[in-house]
Amino acid sequence: MKTIMTVDDSASVRQMVAFTLKNAGYSVIEASDGKDALSKIGAKVDMVITDLNMPNMDGISLIKALRAMPACKFIPIIMLTTESQAGRKQEGKDAGATGWIVKPFKPEQLLSVVQKVLR
Amino acid sequence: MEDIHRQAFRDEAADLLAELETALLELEDAPQDSGLVNRIFRAMHTLKGSGAMFGFDDIAQFTHEIETVFDKVRDGLLPVTKPLLDLTFQAKDHVRLLFENDGGDISGYLASGTAILEGFRALAGGGGDHAEAPGAQAGAVPAQEADRERMFRIRFKPRPGIYSTGNNPEYFLEDIKSLGPARVFAHFEDVPPLRELDPQSCHIWWDILLATSSTESAVRDVFMFVEDECDLSVTPMEATCDDKVPMLGEILVERGDISADQIERAVAGQRRLGSILAESGVVAAKSVEAALAEQSIARDRQDSRKSAPEAASSLRVSADKLDRLQDLVGELVIVQAQIKQAAALLGNEAVVNLAEELERLSDDIRDSTLSIRMLPIGSTFSTYRRLVRDLCASLGKEIDLVTTGEDTELDKTVLDRLADALIHLLRNSIDHGIELPAEREAAGKPRKGTIRLQAEHSGGDVVIEVIDDGKGIDPARVRAKALERGLITEHTELSPQKTLELIFLPGFSTAEAVSNVSGRGVGMDVVKGVVESLRGSIALSSELGRGSRVTVRLPLTLAIIEGLQVRVGDQGYVLPLELVEECVELDKQDLEVCTRKRIVNLRGQVVPYISLREWFSFPGPVPSIEQVVILGMNGQRVGLVVDNVVGEHQTVIKSLGPVFRKLDGFSGATIQGDGSMSLILDVKRIVDMALEQAGRESER
Repeated sequence: MKTIMTVDDSASVRQMVAFTLKNAGYSVIEASDGKDALSKIGAKVDMVITDLNMPNMDGISLIKALRAMPACKFIPIIMLTTESQAGRKQEGKDAGATGWIVKPFKPEQLLSVVQKVLR
Repeated sequence: MEDIHRQAFRDEAADLLAELETALLELEDAPQDSGLVNRIFRAMHTLKGSGAMFGFDDIAQFTHEIETVFDKVRDGLLPVTKPLLDLTFQAKDHVRLLFENDGGDISGYLASGTAILEGFRALAGGGGDHAEAPGAQAGAVPAQEADRERMFRIRFKPRPGIYSTGNNPEYFLEDIKSLGPARVFAHFEDVPPLRELDPQSCHIWWDILLATSSTESAVRDVFMFVEDECDLSVTPMEATCDDKVPMLGEILVERGDISADQIERAVAGQRRLGSILAESGVVAAKSVEAALAEQSIARDRQDSRKSAPEAASSLRVSADKLDRLQDLVGELVIVQAQIKQAAALLGNEAVVNLAEELERLSDDIRDSTLSIRMLPIGSTFSTYRRLVRDLCASLGKEIDLVTTGEDTELDKTVLDRLADALIHLLRNSIDHGIELPAEREAAGKPRKGTIRLQAEHSGGDVVIEVIDDGKGIDPARVRAKALERGLITEHTELSPQKTLELIFLPGFSTAEAVSNVSGRGVGMDVVKGVVESLRGSIALSSELGRGSRVTVRLPLTLAIIEGLQVRVGDQGYVLPLELVEECVELDKQDLEVCTRKRIVNLRGQVVPYISLREWFSFPGPVPSIEQVVILGMNGQRVGLVVDNVVGEHQTVIKSLGPVFRKLDGFSGATIQGDGSMSLILDVKRIVDMALEQAGRESER
């Protein structure tokens, strides 16, 4: 079973993401911000879905930190952007994000993106 | 959107609003504190983003504009002033009102909301980008011409660093193929020599030809995440595919791989254009190959247009017809076995060859026929999801049903008969296994229980498991209940595992009270009966406080098995080949040493055996050489001693008549190549019976 980590400071988004992914047969690890994510990344995570705006450590820094780890160098990392501003998205892509989902999104959209990058 | 998510968001929003208020109050005292501004921005940001996601559009719209203002404050473009703080306090109260009146009439608040927003716009100097509302995603693709098939020429040249963004070019190619028939050509020209090769970079690029009914933007969407980081061209090929098949030269020119002049010059050589071009080096061999294939696709398409309309891709056939077909295949396999045997006796090489050919064909026919009857087990899983949801609601429990292996295929007959048994197992887990949310929390577990329903292939079997993380089964309670029901006596000594298995006895139920969920008079004994009637087995394991696991093993199909034919005396028997590990000769010397213990020494390993001759009380002398068939069952090895091993054999299972159905140890009968009948041994049952018998003997 593939393991996906969802990183978001909004508990409701986390819950929705986790619920959707678990129903689709993925195992899910939840983290509330970049720091929390790095402390939980541990064993085997096949994919990360992260928000960008978070306290302690934001999404961009998290992506950079993950890409610096050998185990996470090539895994898909999807960022959640509310901002439709191209700037943040580009920043995320430069940091090494695989793709993005623009909030608000529906569970089906989430799943289709996951299936696009994780096989 | 499900209500639990809305409720979760509502709870979170209450926290966010409280956080907002605290931050605002602190900011009033320390207007220069950028950390506080950040906190306010984030709170607004989450309200907006999550709000829109869970259907609170009015709130999302409202907070979007405030977020915009605070973005400016954050960037130092706007100062923190008293009017700004006042407005933000008002805005916060307004959001709270919107939440409280969610679903009700909010028309009364619209005016005040608009007034607050006007205030913000005035503060922001009217420069806000409020025209852009959240949720306004890119406009829908016009559906025009969506279902007309056309061709696209795609060139996809990723940057070498594509892997370090977590993207995999292979997936894009797969996605393209899912849109319609596609031909993919990889270009290896840019791959550097081995010693310069960076394995973490991508040096390959692709030309793809795609025939699809999707639109160009749907094709481009496949590359959405990398569009800016690769050279991508998607060109529709409208004119060329309908009228005439294009010439190779035309294609190359159109692709920009070569100019018309170069072709003219090359054609002067009067040889095949492709080889000329490749040899003269004006264009890479790969490009020629790709272009040639494009030509052939266009040709194919033209041909297919001429032929009759495409046949339907699936048919509905009544199950009766399939049953009949399966019976016929069964007969065919029997006749084929007879022919094979007869041919071997005749010794005519031509006939033997024909018989072998026939065997190969009938194997194929058998496999295809059986595969027609196979259905993915996932088709029944969806009904269970609903069941779990409804039961949870009525019992006040919170349970996630996680299913895996939906595409594992099982014979339709097996699937139909299994459905009720699985429902019963799930009910048991929901009703007796998973605790109430409060109990779970007290036990230090997540509120939400998890039930896993998984299916997978394992050897010749399909294994279906129902696993819950509930309270498990208490052997002490099982024992007490069994005593109460008179199923065992005070003196019966049982291992914990054997105690658990008491649950499978008729008339057993551990529920304290008969609930309307699992106490319907259908017990685990019925489940066991169903599974065994399908030639399967069921096992139960449980850890107190951690959960329990029921494992059901079923054969792939009911009709035909691979069998090993053996003989004892003048009688033939068939053993399921999937259980057979090896056949060895029984060493008489070993035998004499341990006659009473019934044990053989298999390369230093001790393997217990059962003599079929003894088991069936065959009269007559024991032959001088006997064979042992070593069977592997549940990780253990058991030997069956027979007179001789005849060989592998397709076995069509015929059920025994009603008179013999109750006979233990047989799962059916079959007709042999020579027309005689053999019994199919239910070896698992025989081993169980032998163990019971041995147990009784040792008690004495």
